Amino acid sequence: MPKVTVDGVELEVPAGATVLQACELAGKEIPRFCYHERLSIAGNCRMCLVEVKPGPPKPQASCALPAAEGQEIRTDSEMVKKAREGVMEFLLINHPLDCPICDQGGECDLQDQSVAYGRGGSRYHEHKRAVTEKYMGPLIKTMMTRCIHCTRCVRFSEEIAGVDEIGALYRGESTQISTYLEQAAKHEMSANVIDLCPVGALTSRPYAFEARPWELKKTLGIDVSDAVGANIRIDSRGREVLRILPRVNDDVNEEWISDKARYMVDGLVKRRLDKPYLRRDGKLVAVSWNEAFQAIATLNPGNSIAAVAGDMLDCETMFAAKKLVGALGSSLLEGRQTGMDYDTSSLAAVNFNTTFSGLETADAILIVGSHVRWEAPLVNTRLRKAVKRGAKVFLIGPEWETTFGGEFLGEDLSVISNLPNHVWETIRDAKRPAIILGGAALGRGGLEAALSVGEQIGVVRELEDGTTWNGFNVLHMAAARMGGLMLGYAQKGGLADIVAAKPKVLLSLGADEVDYTKFADSMIVYIGHHGDKGAHAADVILPAAAYTEKAGTYVNTEGRVQWADKAVFAPGDAREDWSILRALADAFGVGLGFDSFEELRNAMIAEVPALGIEGLADYGSVLPAGGGSASGLIAYPVKDFYMTNPIARASATMQQCSAELLHGEEIAEAAE
Amino acid sequence: MADRYIEPDTPELRARWGNFAWTEANAAKAKEIVARYPEGRQRSAVMPLLDLAQRQVGAEENTQGWLPIPVMEYVAAYLDMPIIRVVEVATFYTMYNIAPIGRFHVQVCGTTPCMLRGSDDIIAACKKRGMKAGHITGDGMWSFTEVECMGNCASAPMVQINDDNYEDLTPERLDVVLDALAKGETPKAGTQEPGRHTVEPVGEPTNLAAMITENHDYRGEW
Repeated sequence: MPKVTVDGVELEVPAGATVLQACELAGKEIPRFCYHERLSIAGNCRMCLVEVKPGPPKPQASCALPAAEGQEIRTDSEMVKKAREGVMEFLLINHPLDCPICDQGGECDLQDQSVAYGRGGSRYHEHKRAVTEKYMGPLIKTMMTRCIHCTRCVRFSEEIAGVDEIGALYRGESTQISTYLEQAAKHEMSANVIDLCPVGALTSRPYAFEARPWELKKTLGIDVSDAVGANIRIDSRGREVLRILPRVNDDVNEEWISDKARYMVDGLVKRRLDKPYLRRDGKLVAVSWNEAFQAIATLNPGNSIAAVAGDMLDCETMFAAKKLVGALGSSLLEGRQTGMDYDTSSLAAVNFNTTFSGLETADAILIVGSHVRWEAPLVNTRLRKAVKRGAKVFLIGPEWETTFGGEFLGEDLSVISNLPNHVWETIRDAKRPAIILGGAALGRGGLEAALSVGEQIGVVRELEDGTTWNGFNVLHMAAARMGGLMLGYAQKGGLADIVAAKPKVLLSLGADEVDYTKFADSMIVYIGHHGDKGAHAADVILPAAAYTEKAGTYVNTEGRVQWADKAVFAPGDAREDWSILRALADAFGVGLGFDSFEELRNAMIAEVPALGIEGLADYGSVLPAGGGSASGLIAYPVKDFYMTNPIARASATMQQCSAELLHGEEIAEAAE
Repeated sequence: MADRYIEPDTPELRARWGNFAWTEANAAKAKEIVARYPEGRQRSAVMPLLDLAQRQVGAEENTQGWLPIPVMEYVAAYLDMPIIRVVEVATFYTMYNIAPIGRFHVQVCGTTPCMLRGSDDIIAACKKRGMKAGHITGDGMWSFTEVECMGNCASAPMVQINDDNYEDLTPERLDVVLDALAKGETPKAGTQEPGRHTVEPVGEPTNLAAMITENHDYRGEW
């Protein structure tokens, strides 16, 4: 723990800290462009110069200088001020002064720092460099003349994404950042370079020229495109969500989000259900809310009613539906739309127990039936970190392009029970073994077989430091899954039980992956926001709110309870889901026991207290014994990363990504 | 330097170089080069291998050699490294040619010592033969680049042609060298000054003259 003095204030900094970090601990702001906490240190922008004694009598780059005992650091001296002005002047030599037409304007590091640390005026009268625009795919818009060569994007794609595709070509003044042969950046996290870019060189293509940051209302939300529950900031203007940015949460998404989470927002204004519909003579006809409820009141289901929850639901909606179904005397609830029927008697057995940050410390990882890169790109980055620390990874399932190496053992579930010797020995002898089960491995006995492997290797154990390590993980794909399981949205036989019960009325809560042909005899009441598969099969459509249009509680695959706020109002006649269910109760002539969102949330917390506490829900660390054997070829459920939910399917950006990045079609660039 | 650009990736280029592979001799050399680096650090061999590939292309084309995109891809695949990292190296170092090049690549030093000793005349002599930057003469013989200091200031002005330096030039001496090269002869590399062998002083040494005959101690005179 070296002691350093920053601007006359003595403080102790952690061993291994840099001078820049020491200054930050002392509360001093150090301007920087290339330095980023989560990337390797490059030290090439020179903006973080400070004066350090002892040392050479010149300013030093604080980001790359280790803090050492007895250092006297000055961030406020004349030397530092002059150095910053000089560096800024050099950076601005080739930077165009096109801030008025630059999308980064208002949230630009270069703009802010040149105001704060630069000279008052320019002394430069020569020609500026110009660089041709580079194509980086449908998401990233480039204006490479603005690039200051901080190489954050290069380091991100190499270190975090694990896909080397951006590089710095040529040298000196001619340096250009480009992808190889200007091919599109092809990974699921590519758009994070837009946030990383400290200038306007890489900006968002779908969001180009849409708004200025100060016009936007910022709402804190939770992403529902996968079960990671990434923390997001929803930027909206008026009634429209314009963009989504990641929030920092080291436990969940660090500060990244997947491209789908970021760019499916334009789907929120397409194919929306903004009026109630009734099916009359086989055709859906727009009606008023009154007509819709009158029609529903005549259904008279008695206790023959069931609810199927979609993948993007908040807990409040599921709880309200549960109450409604319960008030009518039924308990038919299911959330696993594709018919999975794994045992949910112990939630610890279907939870991501290591937590995402804990996964980084695992030293042997067995992944069964999960295409992690597509099912949870943010978990993939954690796996990559674990491997960088020396973890060995083995995978069972069809091969996919991992970004962390790993050994594929076979495509059949039966491999779980017949692990090759070297694999068995590695995970048995590991200090922190982890098993990750994907959706494709949960059924057909996979969960039980994996639990039995877990028991044999002692996947739950006391670590040397006295903490409990539970390395058994299930990686879900639906944002609503863990919340649904906590609220009891699971039948013993899965969806098949609901089919067998032949309910007179089926409440479909945004369930778009269900095979509705099995419910030919039921009246299907669809409460959702997009005209997707569920709405096509519905007899009554009640337009509801998407995840940006309602407050809600979400539980991610770790069992982490998180709350999201409402950013905008739902379009047209659409209403928040809970109020629709409350009105349905009146139509059915039953009471639910709440009349406001607060009462609903309180009732929910009273029933499931864990949903009232932000953070990890405690499912205990006792896993059921498991046993038996599994067999069957593994087929990953996600066939197209960009098309996994109704919002993404409605999004023009996601459609373009899918066509261009996954299906290789040449999409002519729209004339700009 | 700003006029360096990668030769565009066209179907013709792919057709010509798509099936590039080491010759037998170069395959052995490549193996030996890779073996110089520790296990797992093979990509350190990227620079010598790019040079080898450039020379093989040159031997095939009877030019100085250059690196078409498919050849860079071949090297990347050979070393199992991302292609963008290979392209970064190839574009950074100017000794890798990333666009087609002539039989002889005339690199004239134009930095201060050479300029003072008449590199402008040397450049003019090159231009007279139709050479200009980023261009191959019609007969495919000459490519021209003005470069910065090549470290031959004691025998300025100089040019580097393919692997050899020609120093102490005048326009006339350069013409002799270029004519000889054009005829397929191998002119003497190094200084072109008659009677000079390397970069030893011309005539009597003028500095540290007292050191010629004995180990003179200058310290008293400082």
